[in-house]
Amino acid sequence: MKNILYPVFFTLAVGISACHKDKKTSPTDPNKGNTYTIQGDQVGRPGLNVVFISSTDHDIFNQTEPSQMAAIFGTQIKNKLLSLNPDFTTNKIGLTADQFAGALSTDVLNVSLTGPTTYYDGTHVLTGRNLTDDVIDDSFTLIFGGPNGTDKPGLTSDHVDHNDKEFSNTFPYEATPW
Amino acid sequence: MKLNMHKKRKTTILVSVVAAMILGGATVWASDHGDAPAISGKTTDLTDLYVFQSPENNNNLVFVGNVQGLLSPEASKTAAFDEKTLLEFKIDTDNDNKENLVIQCVPKNGKMYVYGPVQPATVGTASSTINSEASAIVDITPYASSTPIVTTTSKGIKIFAGPRDDPFFFDLPQYLKVVSNQATSFNNPGTDALAGTNVLSVVVELPKSLLGNGSSINVWLETKQKS
Repeated sequence: MKNILYPVFFTLAVGISACHKDKKTSPTDPNKGNTYTIQGDQVGRPGLNVVFISSTDHDIFNQTEPSQMAAIFGTQIKNKLLSLNPDFTTNKIGLTADQFAGALSTDVLNVSLTGPTTYYDGTHVLTGRNLTDDVIDDSFTLIFGGPNGTDKPGLTSDHVDHNDKEFSNTFPYEATPW
Repeated sequence: MKLNMHKKRKTTILVSVVAAMILGGATVWASDHGDAPAISGKTTDLTDLYVFQSPENNNNLVFVGNVQGLLSPEASKTAAFDEKTLLEFKIDTDNDNKENLVIQCVPKNGKMYVYGPVQPATVGTASSTINSEASAIVDITPYASSTPIVTTTSKGIKIFAGPRDDPFFFDLPQYLKVVSNQATSFNNPGTDALAGTNVLSVVVELPKSLLGNGSSINVWLETKQKS
């Protein structure tokens, strides 16, 4: 059940830190020994921070280690879910509001090492994230679509189903810049 | 150099202003783009994380980390990775949401240095240290280059760094209207708010065998700066 986590959003972080002098221990590697102490940004799943976390907490969310997120942000995420969709009962993958909020509140991307990777393909749920995955539709279907994914059809897809450039089948896969 | 930086800043500001106007003055964000005040518009601002099985080799996994989103083509000409910013993929191999392995990426003198996957010197958000020799080094692909510069090592690690089209797509303005009760549904067709914009991207492909013996991992992406 734990691995049936879901969609949407993520995180980052900010700063705090102390001064550390670089310790260059390798004459051949220009970065070895470098220490980085100012936390910047953090993200696991797309959109979690911006959709589910109060704007006043966005920086704090980015500074919170994933293992501590559920305790700190679990209630807020559940309340936001029920605020976005007051009619929420269960969703297409059978999760209650508590279960869905619990899954969302640890912002890491679950990735399979043994099979196909996808955010959600109708069968596999959160086994990775492909460039082509329509994570917005996947996420909004789970938030607004009800037990069958068919409720509130005006809110379950933004009708932007693909990228503005074709991806490549060869490394590094992303499209050339505009 | 100074001139270029100035120009970039002006262009970036212009894009931000235009985006803010489109969004009716709302904070500019998308997936993780500009998600929080402390990092919005900075070199530490992540946009997205992707991790997927390689389309070229089922035994490989691909990690994509993108920063500095909403770059216009003009801004992309001078956009650069920040040598003081570490881009770090954190990998939990035993399902406790604490990192057991990290892949660390640091730019230096036009090259991207990639370290790991390696056990981190410390766990958590407080600090990250480069504690190993680089696993792979690649020249950062210039904006004007028509073909990506790729390094492949003897261990099968493949890396790329440089500007790419932002792979994220979303009708953000309409979403904001919906959640602020200015609209009751999305449009059909929708409008991709990320169309025509670029990011700075690091792509690392490596054998799954370098990621432990489990059947799954948990991954998140962080940026950190030197003080």
